[in-house]
Amino acid sequence: MQTVLLPLLIPLVFIVLTLFAWNAPRLQRMLSLFGSSALLLAALSLLAQVQTGEIAVTQIGNWPAPYGITLVADLFSAIMLTITGVVAVLVAIYSLEGIDENRVAHGFYPLFFALLMGVCGAFLTGDIFNLYVWFEVMLMASFVLMALGGERAQLEGAIKYVILNLTSSALFLSATGILYSVAGTLNMADLSIRLPEVNSPGLVTTIAMLYLVAFGIKAAIFPLFFWLPASYHTPPVAVTALFSGLLTKVGVYSLVRVFTLLFLTDVAFTHTVLLVLGGFTMVVGVLGAAAQYDMRRLLSFHIVSQIGYLLMGLGLYSRAGLASTIFFMAHVIAAKAALFLVAGIIRRVSGSFDLRRVGGLYRDQPWLAILFLIPALSLAGLPPLSGFFGKLALVRAGLAQGQYAIVAVSLAVSLLTLFSMTKIWMEAFWKPIPEKAPSQNREAGYKFSLVFPALAMGLISVVLGVLAQPVYGLADQAAGVLMQPALYAAAVLGGLR
Amino acid sequence: MTLLLAIVIGVLFTVGLYMMMRRSLTKVLIGLMLLGQAINLLIFTTGRLQRAKPPLIPLGAEQISQSADPLPQALILTAIVISFGVTAFALVLARQTYTVLGTNDMNELRDTDIIPKYHPESVPEEEEGL
Repeated sequence: MQTVLLPLLIPLVFIVLTLFAWNAPRLQRMLSLFGSSALLLAALSLLAQVQTGEIAVTQIGNWPAPYGITLVADLFSAIMLTITGVVAVLVAIYSLEGIDENRVAHGFYPLFFALLMGVCGAFLTGDIFNLYVWFEVMLMASFVLMALGGERAQLEGAIKYVILNLTSSALFLSATGILYSVAGTLNMADLSIRLPEVNSPGLVTTIAMLYLVAFGIKAAIFPLFFWLPASYHTPPVAVTALFSGLLTKVGVYSLVRVFTLLFLTDVAFTHTVLLVLGGFTMVVGVLGAAAQYDMRRLLSFHIVSQIGYLLMGLGLYSRAGLASTIFFMAHVIAAKAALFLVAGIIRRVSGSFDLRRVGGLYRDQPWLAILFLIPALSLAGLPPLSGFFGKLALVRAGLAQGQYAIVAVSLAVSLLTLFSMTKIWMEAFWKPIPEKAPSQNREAGYKFSLVFPALAMGLISVVLGVLAQPVYGLADQAAGVLMQPALYAAAVLGGLR
Repeated sequence: MTLLLAIVIGVLFTVGLYMMMRRSLTKVLIGLMLLGQAINLLIFTTGRLQRAKPPLIPLGAEQISQSADPLPQALILTAIVISFGVTAFALVLARQTYTVLGTNDMNELRDTDIIPKYHPESVPEEEEGL
């Protein structure tokens, strides 16, 4: 049995199983726990397999490499799959309580697995057109998850989300068409060999920029991020946590993949563009967050801001830079998901997402305060939490390259992030309960299935900080593989060349 | 032929993008559909046009020469299927939005973005949903 196939097959099987259990919501909920745990185990076994430096490759239908579709798992893919598995398990637990009966009855769980299948497919594929197909699988599921429930705000958010993402897909597809006409192949390993031989480097750079825009919309980078804060706060918190953990990160993953494997003909130009965009993304995201009072909207702007850090590591294009991007990815997914999940608990306990309508939570619920404080400080980058080490690695990588401007920007944005987290802290936990506050409901928030995932995500953030050395070592190894496209090409094309 | 197709693609892109700039949601969706067609033609053209040269190995020969490239057509087929599904969903979503919100005007779909709900000065009395 090919372990590379498992992260695709498991979600597929569970889509079918949950569809069969359409009329049995309780059974669907149990299945979601089994399915996501199985996915996590499959991802871990793949991680163990490729950790030795091997690149696991499967040719679908045994068609030899540049002709058929290839599935490739290098260390970077395996790390991303493992994070996906962790997020899936915890969101599945959270959704036991966090997703209402009505949404389950309308197919939440089949869509949940469809989304996971799309995400895993995007992480595994070695063919750029196939990547487009996995993107569409993922998007279709996310469209419906976004609109499921049909509330006014949700429909509005969904419209913006759908239109912007369809535009991005259109650009992706046209870029792929032009790429095929230039290089005559769609297999990424084959492309990485052929693209440097194309004798019109200007055209290749143009294609690279088309991909940058297409993936940039999905990853929500400056100036293409406006759909994200307009839509991410509308669905239930479990869905938002899932989206913030996985969807934008697939965009970043694709950027990393194409800009370390394919478009290396004009690094001085393309990667500088990435670096500059990364800087703007950080600043604009965090400034946008400063004006917000709805917790989910505030956190949505922070998603954008943190994407900037991920781009910074890619833009530096050094082994240290990529390693810190990978480390930061693990950190930010955990911290961000934890914050969204805690915001959901605050909503249940205090009756509102609006910071002006809640208050006094520290006095009444000190444990909730701690639950919030860990990921919040981690996001801001305080030691000994994971955010500190992620940013330290990025700053060191930036200094090593002499990119002082971006280092300064990233540090300033850290400070603003801390300010923004303090704002939630002051408003929700510290200030007295406002007069207009809705009535508190202690029981509603303290269900095991709600608290456990939030706590687990927070603890992951702590563990990533405490065990920063071995985790960074793994990320460094993955970055080492990324920096040598020849290894990837050799593993995929095998004896062919 | 390539020139003609290039002009058609250009016109389709222009019209599609123009429609996407309109305020009416229906027109935006029509624009997206036109854009999809433009891209299908683009892929078709970039695969280099050949006339009546099927990609079949003639009897007795070992390999094909000078045949049409079948891959772009396979790509287009996949893209058509995907865009069919996506368009169907987008139309249903647009209809549902019109039913629930009572408007088809993109300029009025701004509740999730701005004032009054998210303005620092105005504290909303109640919220809907979770």
